[in-house]
Amino acid sequence: MTARIGVVVFPGTNCEHDVVQAVRSVGGEAELVWGGGSELGGVDAVVIPGGFAHGDYLRPGAIARFSPIMAAIAEFAAQGGPVVGICNGFQVLTEAGLLPGALQRNAGLRFVCDTVPVVVCSTGSVLTSDAAPGRELHLPVNHFEGRFVADAETVKRLRDEDRVMLRYAVNPNGSVDDIAGVVSEGRNVAGLMPHPERACDPLLGSTDGVVLLRSLLRSGSGATSTMRATAAGA
Amino acid sequence: MTFDAVVEVRLREGVADPEGATIHSAMGQLGMDRVREVRVGRIFRLSIDADDAGTAEQLAVRAAASLLANPVLEDYEVNVSEQSSDRASPR
Repeated sequence: MTARIGVVVFPGTNCEHDVVQAVRSVGGEAELVWGGGSELGGVDAVVIPGGFAHGDYLRPGAIARFSPIMAAIAEFAAQGGPVVGICNGFQVLTEAGLLPGALQRNAGLRFVCDTVPVVVCSTGSVLTSDAAPGRELHLPVNHFEGRFVADAETVKRLRDEDRVMLRYAVNPNGSVDDIAGVVSEGRNVAGLMPHPERACDPLLGSTDGVVLLRSLLRSGSGATSTMRATAAGA
Repeated sequence: MTFDAVVEVRLREGVADPEGATIHSAMGQLGMDRVREVRVGRIFRLSIDADDAGTAEQLAVRAAASLLANPVLEDYEVNVSEQSSDRASPR
């Protein structure tokens, strides 16, 4: 059974159609989920895509995290459902406390728009489970506030628990420990600044995002079966 | 009664501030080299209806802690004062 991905849309989100198209191109099903609603509609996995939710007002993701849909996403994540935040989505997840740390303005105050090499550091996540550890992926980044920061204790914990999912091979924004993406304790909530959905078509120069979206689809199929089995047994 | 709450949100000690550093550099170019450091923060002015200053402050602190400041990066300070009568909202 093909996994259904719910792609969340807030006012100001602009990458939702790219994510839908990319998911479909790798064999999944995808639908848009309005951030103002409170139901996820039985999807198997959730993606919070990139953009400028609420204009990045106050702080990127700071207002979106209080949207009605976030309670449903938090519950879904607590039940083990796969949730991936891409770029602005990563910012929303850190603001919501579903992922540790925060995303700050890039060091050097440059808006970075480039395709950069990132390394798969942990395959223990819903997004990298199908990737080879140590594999270098070329993924586009496109952000002004992508510098991942966290206190020393949090960074140590992420390292010790193998929760640094992706690292930049060449750090474009000053992220601590070159961190490009992290995963939650339960390994089902993942956030990354690079855009895998923009690396699924040879026309765009890289198809390195395919392995990540395929991992998510597989996690989506697996997680839903587990959640249904748990519900049935209750 | 109406109270003015001023919430100042600042970067925590030790958090890098590239914007502050850039502004500091610009000051240097203008000859203001006695300015040793610049840290950029933000001010939020809240106008609050409350029975007393304590209640207004509680609300302002809640706004600061849950929304206006990101606790990973920022801390905050709240100062509440009674709004002067010529600014009171019409009933």
